[in-house]
Amino acid sequence: MANLVLTEVCKTYPGGVEAIKGINLSVGDGQFCVLVGPSGCGKSTLLRMIAGLETTTSGSIQIGGQTVNDIEPAKRDIAMVFQNYALYPHMSVYNNMAYGLRNRGMAADQIKTRVNDAAQILEIGALLDRKPRQLSGGQRQRVAMGRAIVRQPKVFLFDEPLSNLDAKLRIAMRIEIRKLQRRLKTTSVYVTHDQLEAMTLADILVVMNGGLVEQIGKPIDLYRRPLTSFVASFIGAPPMNLFQIGRIWRAMPKGLPGNVGIVGVRPEDLALTANRTEGDLSLELTVDAIEQIGAETFIYGSATGTGEVMVRVPGEEAPALGSTIRASAPRSKLHLFTADGRIRIEL
Amino acid sequence: MVEHRPWTTFIAYAILTFGIAIVVFPVYLALIASTHDAATVMNGNMPLVPGGHMVENYMRVITSGTSQSGEPVGRMLVNSLVSAAGIAIGKILISILSAYAVVYFRFPFRKTAFWIIFITLMLPVEVRIYPTYKVVSDLRLLDTYTGMVLPLIASATGTLLFRQFFMTIPDELLEASKIDGAGPWQFFKDTLLPLSVTTIAALFVIQFIYGWNQYLWPLLITTKDSMQTIVIGIKKMLTTTDTTAEWQLAMATAVLAMLPPVAVVIFMQRLFVRGLVETEK
Repeated sequence: MANLVLTEVCKTYPGGVEAIKGINLSVGDGQFCVLVGPSGCGKSTLLRMIAGLETTTSGSIQIGGQTVNDIEPAKRDIAMVFQNYALYPHMSVYNNMAYGLRNRGMAADQIKTRVNDAAQILEIGALLDRKPRQLSGGQRQRVAMGRAIVRQPKVFLFDEPLSNLDAKLRIAMRIEIRKLQRRLKTTSVYVTHDQLEAMTLADILVVMNGGLVEQIGKPIDLYRRPLTSFVASFIGAPPMNLFQIGRIWRAMPKGLPGNVGIVGVRPEDLALTANRTEGDLSLELTVDAIEQIGAETFIYGSATGTGEVMVRVPGEEAPALGSTIRASAPRSKLHLFTADGRIRIEL
Repeated sequence: MVEHRPWTTFIAYAILTFGIAIVVFPVYLALIASTHDAATVMNGNMPLVPGGHMVENYMRVITSGTSQSGEPVGRMLVNSLVSAAGIAIGKILISILSAYAVVYFRFPFRKTAFWIIFITLMLPVEVRIYPTYKVVSDLRLLDTYTGMVLPLIASATGTLLFRQFFMTIPDELLEASKIDGAGPWQFFKDTLLPLSVTTIAALFVIQFIYGWNQYLWPLLITTKDSMQTIVIGIKKMLTTTDTTAEWQLAMATAVLAMLPPVAVVIFMQRLFVRGLVETEK
């Protein structure tokens, strides 16, 4: 039970590469924080710095009020779940979970209680005598989580723990991780590049790009009001359509602020309409491709100056390939940014 | 892939059998020679079937030795076993520790240390034999097991082998150990060593045979008959001035000398074949 506070945290590698360029983040006790961003944005590095596997160049990392910058990983009272699980291949599942406790000098009967409790929570009680190689991917994942929870640490750290699982299992485990975290109420930091995982798991969502934080907030707030065009394109699936205003000004509603450079509209906010209504964004598109997935249909279209535009409509109705359609969105659904995409402009 | 070509299979087996026959025949002859008396072996027509003097010959070499080498074979076998096992174990200990240092610790001149180890590959015992002899004799280690083993245990090959193996172990395993509160020694003992068992077995086989077959070095530093190894013993049995060499006894000794390495190979083979099948990191 502890909060986690990062203050002006920086990381510069010996070669001079700046991986983290000053990050402030505060995760409250029991909160689930997800770091999301494209590969190379520094999210894993940041997690490893919290774990103590990477040194911190400057700034401070506090766990439960204690500055841990110079404390060894084992003494930070954290537990980490690795992407490849990093189970000890020669140890049984039981020993994998018990190893960290033994190193702490815990009594054997107490270790047994803790491991059995964790095994029960994760439903791996029948696997305790097996070796990791005898387990399926999902079972290994559970053991890796078991190894983390037996420690009863102040903070859980997850480094893309689901990326080695197949799609179906990933969804199941995602829900399970969330339930487990709610049940244990342990502060957690979770790194992923999958924005769907990020949206569904997070209490606090941190979008990172190029070693900096782009936006921090509740997932739904980031979806509703992305503060930069990067966040706008990253959060939400399918991603938001972004347009350079100069190239399609005719389609834009009248009276937008003068400093607007980029206009974004989510595929789900676009609707197929017959005519243009005054004050709407309205695009005349040639249909290039259709994806029908049953409950909804994705239409990929294009017009001069727009690049690819995606429209998401409910149901199975689809226009013919090559036909021309009109897609419109009300002014209130538009996301406006300055030309460099760094600042959001409110209407 | 399904292949059904009886003719090619037959040719393959024929070539294989021929190859094996070439390799096995001298060994077979040695075995046969060790079962005849001196006269039969020496008359020039080596029989191809076993003779009736097997028990006699083997008892003779085991209990008293030949007239040329005064020691019974048992003593020489022990000497060989001690030095070969010493060399193999010593090499494994030194090279696994140095590989651990080179791979997992960031210390100044780490690369230099590795290259210096690597360079010793180019300097076999034979090249540095005079200075080595000088050092060993100054340390009064002539005619001792220590003297037979110590100069041969530094092994660049072993270090290299373990280094390559350690580099295939994912870093996350080290990191997980760190988070689990294991120090460097515990990581080595609890994780690295159990994972290295198959590599150790392979290296043990190779180095045991290397140690067993040592000739020049034990020849130089042992002067007492009681310290000579079996390889030297066989050689001595055949070096005669005015009598005829007792070939049947030399062959019996050679057959006995083959047994321990064969045993090591057979025993260790099970270990590392099992390891190869189960390996997963």
